[in-house]
Amino acid sequence: MEAYFNLFVKSIFIENMIFAYFLGMCSYLAVSKTVKTAVGLGLAVIFVLAITVPINFLLDTYLLRPGALGWLGSDYASIDLSFLSFIMFIAVIASMVQLVEMIVEKFAPALYGALGIFLPLIAVNCAILGGSLFMQQKDFSGVTESAVYGLGSGIGWLLAILAIAAIREKITYSNIPAPLRGLGITFIITGLMALGFMSFMGIKL
Amino acid sequence: MNAKKSQNKPLFFFVNEEKEALFSKKNRALLKDPLDDNNPITVQVLGICSALAITVQLKPAIVMSISVMAVMAASNVIISLLRNLIPNRIRIIVQLVVVASMVILVDQVLRAYAYDVSKELSIFIGLIITNCIVMGRLEAFALGNGVWKSFLDGVGNAAGYGFILIVVAFFRELLGSGKLFGLQVIPDAVYEMGYVNNGLMLLSPMALITVGIFIWLQRARNRKLIEKN
Amino acid sequence: MNRDSNGYTFLFATIMVLVVASTLAFTASSLKGLQAENVRKEKMQNILTTIGIETDRDQAESLYKQYIVEELSLTHTGSVDTQTDAFTIALNNEIKKPVAEQRFPLYVADVEGKKFYVVPLRGAGLWDAIWGYLALKEDKNTIQGAVFDHKGETAGLGAEITQKWFQERFVDEKIMDQNGQLVGINVSKTNNDPTNSDKEDHEIDAISGATITGDGVTAMIAERLAHYLPYFSKEDTSLVLNN
Repeated sequence: MEAYFNLFVKSIFIENMIFAYFLGMCSYLAVSKTVKTAVGLGLAVIFVLAITVPINFLLDTYLLRPGALGWLGSDYASIDLSFLSFIMFIAVIASMVQLVEMIVEKFAPALYGALGIFLPLIAVNCAILGGSLFMQQKDFSGVTESAVYGLGSGIGWLLAILAIAAIREKITYSNIPAPLRGLGITFIITGLMALGFMSFMGIKL
Repeated sequence: MNAKKSQNKPLFFFVNEEKEALFSKKNRALLKDPLDDNNPITVQVLGICSALAITVQLKPAIVMSISVMAVMAASNVIISLLRNLIPNRIRIIVQLVVVASMVILVDQVLRAYAYDVSKELSIFIGLIITNCIVMGRLEAFALGNGVWKSFLDGVGNAAGYGFILIVVAFFRELLGSGKLFGLQVIPDAVYEMGYVNNGLMLLSPMALITVGIFIWLQRARNRKLIEKN
Repeated sequence: MNRDSNGYTFLFATIMVLVVASTLAFTASSLKGLQAENVRKEKMQNILTTIGIETDRDQAESLYKQYIVEELSLTHTGSVDTQTDAFTIALNNEIKKPVAEQRFPLYVADVEGKKFYVVPLRGAGLWDAIWGYLALKEDKNTIQGAVFDHKGETAGLGAEITQKWFQERFVDEKIMDQNGQLVGINVSKTNNDPTNSDKEDHEIDAISGATITGDGVTAMIAERLAHYLPYFSKEDTSLVLNN
């Protein structure tokens, strides 16, 4: 139980997708104008990560890894399908995203309009693919661990985008020079927040 | 995206496209706009992740820009060719599969026939497939436009992307390690006077701030881009 | 057929999957031989580089046969397993096995009468795996040369471990302290030895901005070398076992 909790905390703060690995920046920067849209996208990301990481874990363990096909029979154990990992992970993620897109379009059309191109872009969101690729690297011992990792990474992403959206909403009342307003100052603030998060890098859990 | 009546459109392209000069004004705009007005990184907000990771030195930034240009030109063309065939519901998957397969194919061929080149490019492979610009332009343009225009759009956007990459990498390598292309540029005399490389420039947060400053300058120069709140 | 109908969607998807899968599988399998050859030659090239023989990949094989006199596959107790071919051991899989089941490849080289031991390394960098080879002189203590490589470290930062200027820092450093205990090499930010003239400090300068990759190199060297101590001490009784 403690191991799960440690993994959870680690994936939210210490290995935060945005601030430690800088993955998922495009949607993060573009969709953080208001807290509402930020939360909407963040929840979508959590949903996709929490589901695709465990599914990809199962795919990797029972299909893709070298020797993974051993359960079919010992003569299959030498097959190495890892070159298909990328495509299979992306296919799983893209299907999940298409599903999310249909749900959002049906139940929250305003959010669908606000997210625009960034909803289908979740499929290529480096954070989502990164989640699966890191999972492959980290060698989890079971599906639950990978699910905890996926969920934690998603929550970390949501917290990051929530923070920047809240700041952006507040600074609309500040006296920022016109050319710096909006995207420019967001980049700079994100850089500063990232500098702050570097302090987490040395912590070993 | 546009819902089109597909029954009467021919499966493949040229017949129905308007006759337009190869480099007409509109087509030239496809090449020029992404350099400033519609820059993928600073205006469309795509391709940020790689702009942070690849810009520590100039050489990888240039290699990446060229690779992205090749991939974007090819994938835009392929998707544009298939645009009347792709079912709407699985279009994202199809786009991704096209891009991923192409990149993987190239990687496999390189690994067999040009091993050293493939080693240099191997880290970029993953970064290219997930580069939002590639997918973003497929969705926003190639799915709804003809082959030649899509090709130009791919090249133009890649050029705009490359432009930012090179500018950021230039400053990061120069200020962060005193070198350009791995060759020392800041003379030893300057170091002896007390100048020290700004190690912070090598880290991603500074890349973000550099792009922020670039946006500031770009919008000061091109007032059209200023956001109206 | 209506493009948006279920039937068409299904048909399109099926055809696409078949085309992509067969193209990729065909390409991968027909090119596999050539790719494996390249990897094999590169491995030989890297091992030769650590003992000071620079070569291109084409000549690597003949030079390898000339200078590498033994390929040993060691167990964790230091005995030699003659059933396993050392060269083909894939460290990325091997390293996941429990220590008692692992086989540790050791390449013994003879260059003009001088003996060298080349140890393959594998570990974790910031983003993905890192690996390399470490050549030890006859005293099994002083480093002759080192070569590193990686899967996906950041260009300009962690990726710099492949550069000569980083690998050169390891030359002549000692992996054991005065008492014969294994200390490995610490890729450190606090080395305080800019000209790297102190070869007894077991430290070399880290790469700015690549701390985690550097830590990975340190950990990789310490972890892998420890497994070779049983064999080394069988050869030389003055070494201390430090598990």
